Amino acid sequence: MIALKNITKRFGAHTVLDGIDLSLERGEIIVVIGPSGTGKSTLLRCINFLERPDAGQLTVGDLTVDVPAARSEDILGLRRRTAFVFQNYALFAHKTALENIAERMIVVEGLSKAEAHARARKILERIGLADKADAYPAALSGGQQQRIGIGRAMAANAEVILFDEPTSALDPEWVEEVLALMKQLAAEQQTMIVVTHEMQFAREVADRVVFMDGGRIVEQAPPSELFTNPRDERTRSFLRKVLADNAPSVT
Amino acid sequence: MHALNLDYMAGLVPVLLDYLPLTLGMAAAGMVCALMLSCLLAVIRVSRLPGLDQAAQLFISFFRGTPLLVQLFLFYYGLPQFLSFLVSINGVTATIMGLTLHFSAYMAESIRAAITGIDRSQTEAAQSIGMTHAQTMRRIILPQATRVATPTLMNYFIDMIKSTSLAFTLGVTELMGATQKEAASSFLYFEAFLVVALIYWVIVEALSWCQRRLEKRLNRAYQR
Ligand SMILES: Nc1ncnc2c1ncn2[C@@H]1O[C@H](COP(=O)(O)OP(=O)(O)O)[C@@H](O)[C@H]1O
Ligand SMILES: [Mg+2]
Repeated sequence: MIALKNITKRFGAHTVLDGIDLSLERGEIIVVIGPSGTGKSTLLRCINFLERPDAGQLTVGDLTVDVPAARSEDILGLRRRTAFVFQNYALFAHKTALENIAERMIVVEGLSKAEAHARARKILERIGLADKADAYPAALSGGQQQRIGIGRAMAANAEVILFDEPTSALDPEWVEEVLALMKQLAAEQQTMIVVTHEMQFAREVADRVVFMDGGRIVEQAPPSELFTNPRDERTRSFLRKVLADNAPSVT
Repeated sequence: MHALNLDYMAGLVPVLLDYLPLTLGMAAAGMVCALMLSCLLAVIRVSRLPGLDQAAQLFISFFRGTPLLVQLFLFYYGLPQFLSFLVSINGVTATIMGLTLHFSAYMAESIRAAITGIDRSQTEAAQSIGMTHAQTMRRIILPQATRVATPTLMNYFIDMIKSTSLAFTLGVTELMGATQKEAASSFLYFEAFLVVALIYWVIVEALSWCQRRLEKRLNRAYQR
C-alpha cells in the first residue's frame, strides 16, 4: 500500500506541489499526466526523497514517515521500498549491464557477488537482454539502456516502481520495446506510478489516470472514464491538445 | 672545452642506478600517502563538512602557495626545534612528508574537480536504490572520478619523481645527491649531470608509456 497525505513541496517562493493526496493498492497501476512544469517529476522524486518534501506524510508498505520529522534511516527505508526509472536512464556508467542490476543486491541486501550476479542474470533474461550482460551502457542503444534501467528497478523488489517519462528521451524506434517491457511488468501485477505522455499506454495499462495541473491533482478516474468523459475544463483542454498532437495513437 | 668523456659516462650509469630504488621508493611512498590524503581532503571539500571544509581549504591554500623547497626546509630543519619528538627526523622521512603534503594539496583539487564533474544523475540513481552517502561515494562516484583524474594524477606522480631530487638539499644521497658526489670527485660536471638527466628522462618516458596504456584501459567502459 502506498499513501501520500498532503505532500507539499516549495522551491523558494514557488509551491510546486500543493498538498497532494494519493493512494494506491498493491498491484495497482497509476498513470500521471499533465502539462509540463506542473510538478509530476517532483511528485515522483518526493516519494523516494530525491527531493525532500516540505510537509506531509508518506506511507510505503509497512513504513509511515512524517516528512518534516524524517530521519536518515526513514529516508533510506523509503528509498529501499521504492524504485525509480529515470527519463535519461541514469545507468552507472562504469558498470556493465549485469553490474548495474546487481549493484543494489550487493550493497543494500548484502548478497555475495556470485549470488547477486546469478539473480541479475535472471532479470536480464526477463527483460530480454541476457546477451548484453557484459556490455557497458555507452555501447547500448537508448532502448536497451532504459530496459536495463527498468531491470535495475525490478531488482529492488520494491513496493512500487516510479517511472518518470521513461520513453521521452528515446528515439521513436526504441519506444515500443520499453513500453512492451512495462506492459509485461503490469501483467505481473507490479505496482507502478508512471508519468508519461504515451496516452495509448495509459488507456491500455492504467487502472487509474491522474491529471495534475499547477501542483494539484485536478481529477483522477479509470482511463475509460477520464479519456472519454473528463469532468474538469483543464483536463478537457489538456486532452484536446495532446490527443491532437498524437492523433495516430488514439482511436 | 674537452671532448665528451663517454667512457666515464657509461661507467657512471651503473653507479648511479644503485640509488634509483631510493629515488623511486621516496616517490612511491609519497604518492601512496598523497593519494590517501588527497582523497580525504577532496571528499571533505565535496561533502562540505562544516569546520573540516575550512580546515581543508586552509591546508590546500598553504601547501599550494609555498615552494616545495621551503616546505622541506621547514620540516627538516625547522620542525624539530618545535616538536621534540621530531629531533631524530631523517632526510628521507622529511622528504616523503614534504612530497605528501605538497602534492596532496594539488591532487585534492584535481580529485575534487573530477568528483564535481560526475553527472548528478549518477548520485541520484545510487540514492534511488537506497545507497548511503558513503556507499555512493565509494562505489559510484570515486571510481568514475578516478578515471577522470588519472591522467592528471599521473602527471603529478611524474612531477613528484623529479621533485625527489630536492632531497639532496636535506643531505639524502639519492640519485641527485650521488651524482653531485661523483661529479665533485671527478670534476666532470657536465658528463655527470647529463647522465643523471638522461636517467630521469628515461624513467619519465617509461611512465608516460604506462600512463597511455592505463588511460586506454580506464576508458574501456566508455567505448561505443
Ligand atoms: N531543483 C529545482 N529547483 C527549483 N525549481 C525546480 C526544481 N525542480 C523543479 N523545479 C520547478 O518545479 C516545477 C515543476 O517541475 P517538474 O516537477 O519537473 O514538472 P513536470 O515533471 O510536471 O514537468 C517547474 O516549474 C520547475 O521549474
Ligand atoms: Mg518531468
